[in-house]
Amino acid sequence: MIFLWLFITFFEIGLFGFGGGYGMLSLIQNETVEHWHWMTASEFTDIVAISQMTPGPIGINSATYCGYTAIINAGYSTPLAILGSATATFALILPSLILMILISKMFMKYMNTPSVQSVFMGLRPVVVGLLAAATLLLCTRDNFSTPSENPWQFYISIALFLATAFGTGYLKINPIRMICYCAIAGLLLFY
Amino acid sequence: MNNIYWDSFKTFFKIGMFTLGGGYAMIPLIEEEVVNRHKWINKEELLDLIAIAQSCPGVFAINTAIFIGYKLRKTPGAIATAFGTALPSFLIILAIAIFFHQFEDNKVIAAMFKGIRPAVVALIAVPTFRLAQRAQLNWFTIWIPIVSALLIWLLGVSPIWIIIAAGVGGYAYGKLKVES
Repeated sequence: MIFLWLFITFFEIGLFGFGGGYGMLSLIQNETVEHWHWMTASEFTDIVAISQMTPGPIGINSATYCGYTAIINAGYSTPLAILGSATATFALILPSLILMILISKMFMKYMNTPSVQSVFMGLRPVVVGLLAAATLLLCTRDNFSTPSENPWQFYISIALFLATAFGTGYLKINPIRMICYCAIAGLLLFY
Repeated sequence: MNNIYWDSFKTFFKIGMFTLGGGYAMIPLIEEEVVNRHKWINKEELLDLIAIAQSCPGVFAINTAIFIGYKLRKTPGAIATAFGTALPSFLIILAIAIFFHQFEDNKVIAAMFKGIRPAVVALIAVPTFRLAQRAQLNWFTIWIPIVSALLIWLLGVSPIWIIIAAGVGGYAYGKLKVES
């Protein structure tokens, strides 16, 4: 049963995933963490980190990884988890395959019509909101700790958050390099 | 083997494998491999293709691959390029997932990931502002992202409903504007 839901969920994500890799992440996060509870917020955050650091599109990377983790967390064995990651990845690609073929075949001429353009005009501001929601939903105790629980980890987490935002946003440091810096900081400060 | 399916599969396998950091990073790779080397599409077609692949839902890299595959050999071509693009990701992530699961509880790895997690949240926060600039929000539209974020965050509304509402809203607004 979980395989069927995995398929349906990732098909939906593929169908509604507008706004590039990060836009899609907000959908994956909402479905796998908030709705289905297939994994915790920190497991999801780890998946995003690894998907970012490894080659390949971030949407495919995280779908593969989420499919695997969901099945493992449900108590199944590794071979079944591999099947789970194949299911999630295939389901994510399938809507693209159908839509892009349809567009190449017949809707090419409709893509620039005012109606289609106004649909996209409506989507653009909402994708911003989707990303903002994903950010807020990941600001959890798992990811940052709390001032009362572990003040040391909490304030360092805030500092690393700000450093990464400033480093990648203003100084244009490569995100992968930034993740490596924070891994070193984590190793030195939390070990 | 020397046919177009194998050639296009191989080319997109390469593109999938060397794309680091998401969709836009693959544009120069596609230009080099697909436009300059194999001449499967020309420069203008590439621009159209980028516009369409970006506006459609789904993974940008996969959309691009499908479009080119379809142009070469219809549906079987599209399947070859789509799987070519996804396969390196799938194999690499699978290897890491199997491997990482055994090291998750390792103290060194755990400490590193404690440092990485806040960074990842920041990596998602930064494109929020970048996208906000690109969406050219003004006083008339600024409430849309705020309300949608709050609906998802506080009320647990699925983003899928928000996307559908936004598409319908944009369409209706376009129609009203034409009529008035």
